[in-house]
Amino acid sequence: METHAYKRMEEINRLHMVKKGIFAGLPIMVGYLPIALTYGVLANNSGLSILELTMMSVFVFAGAAQFLAVGMVAAGTGFIEIITATFVLNFRHFVMSLSFVNRLKNIALRAKIPLTLGLTDETFTMSALYRKEAKEDYASWFYASLILTAYASWVGGSLVGGLLGDVMPERLSESMGIALYAMFIGLLLPSIKKEHKIAIIALIAIGINTFLQSLGMSQGWAIVLGTLLGGMSGIWIMNEEGEDA
Amino acid sequence: MIWMIIGMAVVTAIPRFLPAVIIDFIKFPKWVDRWLNAIPYAALGALIFPGIMSVKPDAPQIGVIAGMAAILLAWLNLHIILVVGGAIISVFVLTL
Repeated sequence: METHAYKRMEEINRLHMVKKGIFAGLPIMVGYLPIALTYGVLANNSGLSILELTMMSVFVFAGAAQFLAVGMVAAGTGFIEIITATFVLNFRHFVMSLSFVNRLKNIALRAKIPLTLGLTDETFTMSALYRKEAKEDYASWFYASLILTAYASWVGGSLVGGLLGDVMPERLSESMGIALYAMFIGLLLPSIKKEHKIAIIALIAIGINTFLQSLGMSQGWAIVLGTLLGGMSGIWIMNEEGEDA
Repeated sequence: MIWMIIGMAVVTAIPRFLPAVIIDFIKFPKWVDRWLNAIPYAALGALIFPGIMSVKPDAPQIGVIAGMAAILLAWLNLHIILVVGGAIISVFVLTL
């Protein structure tokens, strides 16, 4: 009887973490949908079949790289160049993943690997704001739910965009291009408000990224270096817990 | 085309999962922990700017103004979905 009650409690805790994860992923779902629809439309117009463009979302799950690839396919660029450009653009996820797993020491490797495969700019930065959950029971269920909510929106949106074509009025889809940037701002601001020093980290990253891109460096490497060097200022600003120093 | 998708998937997946595999074998000194803890904020900065100016490539100020609207809404502690919605409306109105 006692073990039964215990099991029941475990289930409730797990369900609670899943619900919390889905809730945390909802803003990403909203942000991804218009972008995914646009990707589906563009990819289809560039000659990718519905199956191909959906499979790309399933297996690559990286918005910017997918847009780049579709544009390069349309321009007749070779596959090797497309794959190289994808690597450069997505290498920032290595840095993000390192920061992500460094906070998830309590999670088993077999759970960590699938979680890291779902890391994007959005799922990573959103997860980073829920650092308390990393220490709770069923932490992996929380992060998995957050990531899968975003993933479902990205894959589903791509498919629907490819199937339906241009359903959104152009003006509206153009306006929605701001969505992810606004989300990044909405994620960053509360942390800055709580601890002003965090603004220094972000501003250094912005400065380095802008400077390197103005010198003609590719967007991919400029973001990687901006993130790494901007983050380096955290050595003096942050404390170990990652809360405000 | 299928090989392009597989190639893109592989070069995207390896940098993503490699840290999960190696993290158990390394013990970072404290200062590296602080560095890694600052990465999300640095990444957010680098992702926002100058990318936001490409929302309307022929009118970079529109992205910047909408970004400032987002900053204001976020500063007022509005939920992130409202921040996103407000920024979308700003761009919509600015391009009327």
